[in-house]
Amino acid sequence: MADTNAHGAHKHDVDAVSGVATTGHEWDGIRELNNPLPRWWLWTFYACIVWAVIYWIVYPAWPLVTGYTSGVLGWKSREAIQVQLADLRTQRAAFADKLQAASLEEIEASPELLAFARAQGRAAFGDNCAPCHGAGAAGSRGYPNLNDDDWLWGGSLEQVQQTILHGIRSTDADAHVGDMPAFGRDAMLQRPEIVAAADYVRSLSGLPVPQGVTPDLAKGKDVFEANCAACHGPDGKGNPELGAPNLTDGIWLYGSSRDNVIASVTNGRAGIMPAWAGRLDPTTIKALTVYVHALGGGR
Amino acid sequence: MSQPNTPGAEFSGSGATEPGVDQSGRKKLTFGEGGLAIVFAFLTVSCITVAAKATDPAYAFHAYLSAFASLATVFVIFNRYFDRPAALPPLEIDGKPNYNFGPVKFATLAAMFWGIAGFLVGVVIAFQLAFPVLNLDLPWTAFGRLRPLHTSAVIFAFGGNVLLATSFYVVQRTSRARLAGYLAPWFVVLGYNFFIVIAGTGYLLGITQGKEYAEPEWYADLWLTVVWVTYLLVFLATLWRRREPHIYVANWFYLAFIVTIAMLHLGNNASIPVSVFSPKSYIVWSGVQDAMVQWWYGHNAVGFFLTAGFLAIMYYFIPKRADRPVYSYRLSIVHFWALIFIYIWAGPHHLHYTALPDWAQTLGMTFSIILWMPSWGGMINGLMTLSGAWDKLRTDPVLRIMVVSVAFYGMSTFEGPLMSVKSVNSLSHYTDWTIGHVHSGALGWVAYISFGAIYCLVPWLWKKRELYSLRLVNWHFWISTIGIVFYISSMWVAGILQGLMWRAYTSLGFLEYSFIETVEAMHPFYLIRAVGGVLFLVGALLMAFNLYMTIREPGAAEADSGVRNPSLVPAE
Repeated sequence: MADTNAHGAHKHDVDAVSGVATTGHEWDGIRELNNPLPRWWLWTFYACIVWAVIYWIVYPAWPLVTGYTSGVLGWKSREAIQVQLADLRTQRAAFADKLQAASLEEIEASPELLAFARAQGRAAFGDNCAPCHGAGAAGSRGYPNLNDDDWLWGGSLEQVQQTILHGIRSTDADAHVGDMPAFGRDAMLQRPEIVAAADYVRSLSGLPVPQGVTPDLAKGKDVFEANCAACHGPDGKGNPELGAPNLTDGIWLYGSSRDNVIASVTNGRAGIMPAWAGRLDPTTIKALTVYVHALGGGR
Repeated sequence: MSQPNTPGAEFSGSGATEPGVDQSGRKKLTFGEGGLAIVFAFLTVSCITVAAKATDPAYAFHAYLSAFASLATVFVIFNRYFDRPAALPPLEIDGKPNYNFGPVKFATLAAMFWGIAGFLVGVVIAFQLAFPVLNLDLPWTAFGRLRPLHTSAVIFAFGGNVLLATSFYVVQRTSRARLAGYLAPWFVVLGYNFFIVIAGTGYLLGITQGKEYAEPEWYADLWLTVVWVTYLLVFLATLWRRREPHIYVANWFYLAFIVTIAMLHLGNNASIPVSVFSPKSYIVWSGVQDAMVQWWYGHNAVGFFLTAGFLAIMYYFIPKRADRPVYSYRLSIVHFWALIFIYIWAGPHHLHYTALPDWAQTLGMTFSIILWMPSWGGMINGLMTLSGAWDKLRTDPVLRIMVVSVAFYGMSTFEGPLMSVKSVNSLSHYTDWTIGHVHSGALGWVAYISFGAIYCLVPWLWKKRELYSLRLVNWHFWISTIGIVFYISSMWVAGILQGLMWRAYTSLGFLEYSFIETVEAMHPFYLIRAVGGVLFLVGALLMAFNLYMTIREPGAAEADSGVRNPSLVPAE
């Protein structure tokens, strides 16, 4: 085939199948038909160009030496977004102003305002709190479940708002402080004492004892009363002033297994929640407070 | 390499001063052999020095790898010199071009290897998105490192080797000229694949300049520049010695691809290294200008690497396989120049609703719309070339795979302009719709036209009558087509759902969904996508098996003198 490759010798060749003339060239056996541009293709191409030119006239398009052609509409994306934000503010306005002025108790008392605050709180929660507490506020290990009625730092409206505003062990000056000491790591208790205390604490909520373990509850009680009761209370019911959890309610932030509890007593716990004052505006924090308070058993 | 010094073979030139031979006819080192050996010996020493003083172990690893490769190159150059006959391979034998297909064979096999590696990593990261635990909590296997590994492996390693193989093949065949250069074509092919190795291992070890599709750091970029300029020179010099009066359309597209990629590469990688002993560099562009240069690069990598280069493949392999003339010469000229001039403007549509000035966004969008018909010109020429030969689609699955690729090309080049319209983009941007769009182009168009070309090339290059099994090609076609359909339809649904969830407001004026809820909603679609990817990978494995069996198949060495395979001429 290659030897029939011609040097423009097929000038007037006609393709037998289509009846269309070729251009007369041939490369490695490939020829080209001399078909015209498809009309519909050409007119669609022109139409796209015309549409673009119209668009250039209407909207900002071509750069100039110091500026650009701004278009007959004078449209600017910065102004467009301002309009959209203003629309949103208008949509929210009826309730937003009231929400800003109202106290937490007044919000709770007004069903309309409460519905609005919870809607705003839900949106704010999803984008700010959900990364740790989960989209449904169910929490996970180390991040409290906000749906139950167990409140480490208090479950009243004021207390919840205080926690959101200033955080827990955050850099905020008014943050909640108070650590669970590392009794083992800091050599305040010996290992057998820690194990006995852990077994005692687990017995408070009736947790089953693992196979082969014989807990020394009397010794555990002694250790508990000497070391733990100051914060968790003599009956282990906790103290929200100090963030000390209730140990009798079967809710375990760091797990309820024997090893988990021993680890907590040995190494202590000091989870952190950031302060949201300054990051979110006061109205949003108010809405979040109402939303979180309403999730579970707010007090 | 193993080309016997055919008795009576004539050189195209004349005289006693052929390269590689001295006045008395004895073998001597050519300028290229000697020069390259010196350069690589120098590189070996330099790389060892850099490795010894490198600021971090990953970079030292690359320096040692380069030193080893340079030393091996010096060895190979001398080994080749001692093994070769006195005279270099002649340009023609008995008046017929003495084609150089060695580098083409290498790049073809490399393409298949990297293709499967790239598809496999793609499947892994698809499952990582559905099940994040598969990140394994290790830095080397995290999505952030594997994702560029996937994109670079499929675009630059698979696609790049397909382009090298086909361009070196097509430019020789359509110019009736032997590939220019003695060592240069091998330098291009091996040098390019070394770049791939440096880039890929760099991602895994955490070396990146963080620019999408241009992740390799300054030293890899410099190396690629040298390789690419050599590529351009080899291609141009081969065209220069052509025995045809005109340059075939496929070669225009290849040339546009090579030249523009050089320009894009230099523009987007204009960075200043912290030190020659450090992999880190800083780009000279800043802020929104850097973003603009990045997407001028990024979009034209699509336009000139994944479109122009693969249109060149289409313009050779479809008429060849269908044994029909190209539909319209005039259309090929008009859509070529329109594509070249308009594509380069479309980049800003990647930066809609950002800090990019409004006027630049308008230009990016309007030129994307104007680009629609120039893109479709290629589709029309590809499909209409089949007129008079449509019946072949029933019997030839290789032709079918290429025709379907052109259909996917048409679909994605319609979808692209659509998505560049600002109001559509405000829904689609940052969603998985973009991923679906990219893959309808990447799997449907780029990979399919590549598969078709490789299915053609392997029997031609290894001088076999036909492929080992056309039935396997048929299986490959159907399995991977179903995979593509799974992939792109799940991403369309996922993307549009995602976009709608992001912008949904409640009646009170608050966002309906938190971001994490939109992520959770993606899970079933990510699963379907991953299954689609598995099917595509399975198809490619069938292909690799088929090619392996074709190459090792004995007997069929001499094909009939070539209606289907007119390319059976002395290869190297």
